[in-house]
Amino acid sequence: MTRWTVVCRYDDLIPERGVAALVDGEAVAVFRTHDGVLHALSNTDPFSEASVLSRGIVGDRDGAPTVASPIYKQRFDLRTGTCLDDPDVAVARYPVRVTDGIVEVGGA
Amino acid sequence: MRTLVIAGHGMVGHRLVEALVERDTQQQWRIVVLAEEQRHAYDRVALSSYVDSWDADTLTLPSVDDDRVELRLGDPCVAIDRDARTVRTAAGDVVAYDALVLATGSAPFVPPVPGHGLPGCHVYRAPEDLDAIREAAQHAMHTTAAGRRSGVVVGGGLLGLEAAHALRQLGLSPHVVEMAPRLMPVQVDEGGGALLRRFVEQLGVTVHCGAATDAIETDRGRLLVRLSGGTELDTDLVVFSAGIRPRDQLARDAGLRVGDRGGVHVDARCRTADEHVWAVGECAAVDGRCYGLVAPGYAMAEVVADRLAGGQATFPGADTSTKLKLLGVDVASFGDAHGQTDGALEVVHNDPVTGRYAKLVVSDDARTLLGGVLVGDASAYGSLRALVGTELPDDPGALISPSGAELDAATLPDAAQVCSCYAVTAGALGQAITDGAEDVPALKSCTKAGTGCGSCVPTLKKVLAAHGVAQSTALCEHFEHSRAELFEIVSATGIGTFTELIERYGQGRGCDICKPAVASILASLGGGHILDGEQAALQDTNDHFLANLQRNGTYSVIPRVPGGEITPDKLMVIGEVAKEYGLYTKITGGQRIDMFGARVEQLPVIWRRLVDAGFESGHAYGKALRTVKSCVGTDWCRYGVQDSVTMAIKLELRYRGLRSPHKLKSGVSGCARECAEARSKDFGVIATETGWNLYVGGNGGFSPRHAELLVSDVDTDMLVRYIDRFLMFYVRTADRLQRTAAWIEAMEGGLEHLREVVVDDSLGIADDLEAAMAGHVAGYTDEWNAVLDDEDKLARFTSFVNAPDAPDPNIEFVDRRGQQVPVGYDRGSQPVMLAGPELEVVTR
Repeated sequence: MTRWTVVCRYDDLIPERGVAALVDGEAVAVFRTHDGVLHALSNTDPFSEASVLSRGIVGDRDGAPTVASPIYKQRFDLRTGTCLDDPDVAVARYPVRVTDGIVEVGGA
Repeated sequence: MRTLVIAGHGMVGHRLVEALVERDTQQQWRIVVLAEEQRHAYDRVALSSYVDSWDADTLTLPSVDDDRVELRLGDPCVAIDRDARTVRTAAGDVVAYDALVLATGSAPFVPPVPGHGLPGCHVYRAPEDLDAIREAAQHAMHTTAAGRRSGVVVGGGLLGLEAAHALRQLGLSPHVVEMAPRLMPVQVDEGGGALLRRFVEQLGVTVHCGAATDAIETDRGRLLVRLSGGTELDTDLVVFSAGIRPRDQLARDAGLRVGDRGGVHVDARCRTADEHVWAVGECAAVDGRCYGLVAPGYAMAEVVADRLAGGQATFPGADTSTKLKLLGVDVASFGDAHGQTDGALEVVHNDPVTGRYAKLVVSDDARTLLGGVLVGDASAYGSLRALVGTELPDDPGALISPSGAELDAATLPDAAQVCSCYAVTAGALGQAITDGAEDVPALKSCTKAGTGCGSCVPTLKKVLAAHGVAQSTALCEHFEHSRAELFEIVSATGIGTFTELIERYGQGRGCDICKPAVASILASLGGGHILDGEQAALQDTNDHFLANLQRNGTYSVIPRVPGGEITPDKLMVIGEVAKEYGLYTKITGGQRIDMFGARVEQLPVIWRRLVDAGFESGHAYGKALRTVKSCVGTDWCRYGVQDSVTMAIKLELRYRGLRSPHKLKSGVSGCARECAEARSKDFGVIATETGWNLYVGGNGGFSPRHAELLVSDVDTDMLVRYIDRFLMFYVRTADRLQRTAAWIEAMEGGLEHLREVVVDDSLGIADDLEAAMAGHVAGYTDEWNAVLDDEDKLARFTSFVNAPDAPDPNIEFVDRRGQQVPVGYDRGSQPVMLAGPELEVVTR
């Protein structure tokens, strides 16, 4: 059974900007896209190993919602965690949900 | 291996070395260069630019690094023994040659007027001459009352006007004395000369045409110059620039034929009657004719190099076309400028109101262009010169009428020579484009076109366009517009948000390319705090957290230190803050202090301390003005001539916070020693005796560039206005992440055009640009101070939104020389020191 961790209120999320949350000791990046959908990925940028993905710029490429790592700018698909610039690389995805206006992330 | 001895190490001799090393693929030749001067070959054509920097190294030509070349500086050839095929050097060495090339150049001609050898009489030929002129001018500053300080230039040709300009920069009122009835008699005709004279006189140069110099006398510590017609000129110094004489003595002594008016007589192969002896450049008389320009000299060097490498090249006859800017006036002359061809017709457009004179010389049927003269506006020079000898696409009058047809590069015939420095035709350029050259740099590297004098670069762009090579200016997949176009749109429509802009003009939701670019545009147009509302989501992480992201996810903090001046109290605050938060400190290249290793949640507390102590954001994180570096300054320096530190602080405080397409750096030096390295900056200011010189387009980094002189000797007020215009024009029209150097390079017309816009206000936008900058200055607030006063913005500076007190467990440090640095750098870094002791600095 998935263990859910409270992140913040949904309204506290700025559209197209991420936040970092601590989930079972791991750093998770939570994003709210322009259409209101939530995505959660590991906050660790696999190219630099810095915990920074939540601070990247959110946008889209060919229609896919993306975040660009702020370190070396590789873009990741927010839905799958796959790196669009290097398909061999991916970051872990986390389940995310909203309960009574509160955003929660599940353990990976 | 055979031995080539080159007597002379000027521009042409040096070109011969370059050309032979390149062409001699069989490695048949070793080259011995016997140079008279102690210095490496330098760009004598650019001699006048020495007045800007007083650094002769800036003129030095790239050296040829090849084992085949032996360069003997300060050891000229003094005698030739043609029978033994040897030369003797000044040091007494005897060098055997298989081929000898005389490249001894020319000497300034000093007319034998009485008094021509008096102290205070100079020539204008080498940096040493300019040093002597400068010394005399500085002496005059102390001995002659302001308003009476003057210099007389004998000779009103190209070099004479350059000398007059140099005197003006040195604070003297120049007089120019010319025997002919007009200035620059070789290049321009009567009509062009009249307009040129008007321009030159407006700049404070007194012109005496049709006058001979009768005598020079000493007069109460100064000089008196008597002209024919009775005019007497009181002056501090005299500069002779009355032409040159070929230095052909070596050839005369060796029994070689010289031309009727001097010069080593050579045939079209550039060879003398002795098959082992050649001559090139200003000392050579090809079929009896000497050339005083570098381009024909280069052509001779190429001919000899080809011959020595086994080729059959002949001197094609010289293109004596010239285009130059004298005292800010465009002057160009090309082909048969004086209509000497039989039956030649002249078409003239002369507008004294706008200050343009243009004349085309055409064949008797008015269909073939033979030559022309342009004064005041020489922008058509590149295209027109390329058309010489070909059938005109249009009525000749239309080509020089201001409202006439713009020359179409597509109509250039293949044989038309676009680059005369390297004899590159339109056909050769077309072939290069077909072979894949896609831009001007590619054309330059594969054809050499545009790498000489550079005057054909605008034509290269037109040729590219004519071949349908279009560079996409789309910012990214979300906008088809360039940054400059988006700037126009935002400015004209008043759109204030990214969402509205992309919905109306773009597609999708943007990315890390277009979002920061639009954020920068909104900020440049005064869009409020960069973290207000939706703008916050557009910012790159550096701008979002107003600090510089480092590789382990921590940030570095740089407070502004205007001009690099800081009080001990403020220094101590930085020390205390760094010590308290365990920050690694390092002095930056821009005279500031960088504090590394701050976690995101520490940034507000760190900045609270800094702001309370009077610091403000240094914008090190932004595409914005970074620093204005300064030298020691007149308060302390023994040499400075203007107060560089005050100027640097003034400029830094004026432009702080200005968001721009890329980072902007600046520097101010208080004298020509240039200790602030201002010429490596986007805009650099260097003090002169009487004001400031403004240089633009410099940068360090991947492709270092020296800034180029935009305007000289302006007062403080005009300096600031020109910088206002320059920066705002850059902010409005540059591409994303395009530094000023690349922006100027890509600009149609380059630096010349920029100068027209900024100095001459050719687009009529100067007032608008200045007003925009005034708006920026008035609207400036410290970004960090504003964040500290705003709970919503402060709330973003957390490690984890659900555990704001927990530091990022991923961040670890190790000790490095007594400070902390991130763990784990293992990307193949080499050991810095392979062996040897590490000396510790011991405090006693």
